[in-house]
Amino acid sequence: MSSSRDAKRLKGAASAVAVAAALWAVGGSAWAAGAQEFPGIGRSATPKEVSAWDIDVRPDFKGLPKGSGTVSAGQDIWEGKCAHCHGIFGESNEVFSPLVGGTTADDVKTGRVAKLTDTSFPGRTTLMKVPTVSTLFDYINRAMPWTAPKSLKPDEVYSVLAYLLNMGGVVPDNFVLSDKTMADAQARMPNRNGMTLDHGMWPGKSMKTAGKPDVKAVACMTNCAPEPNIGSFLPAFARNNHGNLAEQNRMVGAQIGADTTKPESTAPLGTGAAPVAPVAPKPAAAPSGSALINKHGCVACHSVDNKIVGPSFKDVAGKYAGRADGVDYLTGKIRAGGQGVWGPIPMPAQTLPEADARAIAQWLMDGAKK
Amino acid sequence: MHPEDDLVTRPDVASGRLRKAPENFLDRSGVQTVFAEARDGRRDFIRRAFTTAAAGVAVGAGGNALAQGNPVPTEGGDPNILNLPAHSTGLGQGVVTDGYGKPSKYEANVQRRQSPGLTQTTQASVSFAPLQSLFGIVTPSGLHFERHHQGWWDIDPSKHRLMLNGSDPTLMKSPKVFTMDEIMRLPSVSRFHFIECGANTAVEWGNVAVPTVQYTHGMISCSEFTGVPLKILLDMCGVDYKRGRYLLAEGADGSSMTRTIPMELVESGEVFVAYGQNGEMLRPENGYPLRLVVPGVQGVSWVKYLRRIEVGDAPYAAKDEAVHYIDLQPSGLHRQYTNIQECKSVVTTPSGGQILLDKGFYNITGLAWSGRGKVTKVDVSVDGGRNWRTARLEGPVHSKALTRFNINWVWDGKPAIIQSRATDETGYVQPTYKQLRAVRGTRSIYHNNAIQSWLVQESGEVKNVQLS
Repeated sequence: MSSSRDAKRLKGAASAVAVAAALWAVGGSAWAAGAQEFPGIGRSATPKEVSAWDIDVRPDFKGLPKGSGTVSAGQDIWEGKCAHCHGIFGESNEVFSPLVGGTTADDVKTGRVAKLTDTSFPGRTTLMKVPTVSTLFDYINRAMPWTAPKSLKPDEVYSVLAYLLNMGGVVPDNFVLSDKTMADAQARMPNRNGMTLDHGMWPGKSMKTAGKPDVKAVACMTNCAPEPNIGSFLPAFARNNHGNLAEQNRMVGAQIGADTTKPESTAPLGTGAAPVAPVAPKPAAAPSGSALINKHGCVACHSVDNKIVGPSFKDVAGKYAGRADGVDYLTGKIRAGGQGVWGPIPMPAQTLPEADARAIAQWLMDGAKK
Repeated sequence: MHPEDDLVTRPDVASGRLRKAPENFLDRSGVQTVFAEARDGRRDFIRRAFTTAAAGVAVGAGGNALAQGNPVPTEGGDPNILNLPAHSTGLGQGVVTDGYGKPSKYEANVQRRQSPGLTQTTQASVSFAPLQSLFGIVTPSGLHFERHHQGWWDIDPSKHRLMLNGSDPTLMKSPKVFTMDEIMRLPSVSRFHFIECGANTAVEWGNVAVPTVQYTHGMISCSEFTGVPLKILLDMCGVDYKRGRYLLAEGADGSSMTRTIPMELVESGEVFVAYGQNGEMLRPENGYPLRLVVPGVQGVSWVKYLRRIEVGDAPYAAKDEAVHYIDLQPSGLHRQYTNIQECKSVVTTPSGGQILLDKGFYNITGLAWSGRGKVTKVDVSVDGGRNWRTARLEGPVHSKALTRFNINWVWDGKPAIIQSRATDETGYVQPTYKQLRAVRGTRSIYHNNAIQSWLVQESGEVKNVQLS
């Protein structure tokens, strides 16, 4: 690519980021510039490395590995590795949406799944939607089984896919799926003609109506709509379906969360309907001894392992280890303070709750572990 | 006498030494003066406080009838003021009590949450950001919504690699491998962008299904991302931009998530490989150590744990481009490769599931965004869309980023239906449900950007509603 064309195209782009990008592309071909501009960064990928990661399979079957599989081999693998999530017939809705169902022999002929226009049909299975058989191969190969992705060999992937297509009535029982027959399977995919690129939501020029919105609204300001009529809201029985909303809102602010464990109040404000009090978060578990020595500033003079002003907590723990009334004694010492046990520097009396002092004393008696 | 007092009274010792805090340099008479002034000042302060309190009572008696939320208690004062709490009378925490700080325990209600029953397994699930509790435009990294396809991992960055290759050897002169150390040496950019799941607001396509803005709109977040424009890396590899009009982005997790990206977005300089988020490294749930940033495009394309970029001459029809993230139209056709997140907004305060405790003044606030550029205008209605007022846009307004809007409102205690409607720099106006459904029906699932309605009831409780 010539630099002048490169620079021209980027100059045409309005955004400042494009200009910034152009700065790096100026001078020689983009490749030469990139390579010279940042010496010492990045290295060539080896063919072995590329083949280890380059596993994608495209709709034109670029990337498809050689191999083949039968429907019956696929059934064995399916029952061992796939059925517990997807059901014996790919129909399970327990873990994921069903894979199979909702397609007909007629769909295989037309390439359009008729049930997609039937609003009373309860759901959409994978085979009702997927237009490209490459997609199924690629995904099974890279991501299945769920708990052991990339563990299937190519022949196993072909087999499982053959079985899946057979369950959906796409290929017959004796079908052998291989890199050679993938195109035959593609020609039978029930929804192969079911996609449209005729929309404005692809952010590139490579599809038909790039960037053109299909829904056009105007920003009317006054007398715009008729008297509003509420058409849909959550029924009362669903009030607490998402848990207590009072616990899902900040407890302070312009408004608080509604207590959905109780029925809704319908009385207007100021007519006796008491607003619900904010819900404070649940108290945390009792803090550990090591948290309390931080909280109460003990670590200003003591550390766990080393003498600072006072002795290390380990030394204190060692001195009183085995003393029967150790917890009581140390609780008292922490609160009353003392002098002379560890030298002339006094420890002042500490103001902290008895329970905290006792927890610290217990922690010391347990060996002052970090 | 304290030993240090000796030092401060002996200038020969004090001078030329590392000095202690200035208060230690006061002499005795200086200390007495300061204490005397402080005592007098305290008396003056107390006297002033009584005068003000008396005046306050007088004003309160004839004051605004709407103001009820913060009344003067009958005892003549709020115990929260009259009785000094422990935090005013005791010793607080030291520095670095937490090496990496956490929010106040009183903020424990502000959490990302799962919607019950939405998915059957937590590894292929979503969590929603608590939009009702956020300020400004940045989502705290720990509250950023999550969407995982095969569970999240905390990947060792020293072992993570990014590979660039072509779908055939002619599309790239030199396929390359980069370490994180190398990527972080390259020139970086930092930009604010929103990321919104294509399925955000999906459950509301047909009717009201969830109670709060967290569950209706919480699959969106906005961060300052830091990283390297992908164009730089592609240039280093010698890409044939004429033929290579598509990219495949691929993740390193179990699903090895893949998505097709148009080369135009990369050439514009907008797409980058990011390692930073809000000043820190990405969180593991959001793709640590490397993810793709594709501004304006649905979140599924922002591939996490990014391990590979392939340049190709055709789109890839990956699973999430052929089975999911396709929009069912009334014709029975699915729209494929619908990537742009169109202009959208939502009021976050007040919003569903909340209670207004009083009548009177409120600041209605919310978020607006567009995948096609900057938000230029947000209008707010409190009468269900009959009349609109233009809100204030709070700066900064970035392209393809969340934009905060505010507007004053005095609630008179009567039922009100609050809506917001955003317009972007292309002139696109956010549609009503009626307008959206007229074109796309009700089974698209993805890309629901309709105007949201919140009903404020006389009781003060706010409800999620849709207008017919």
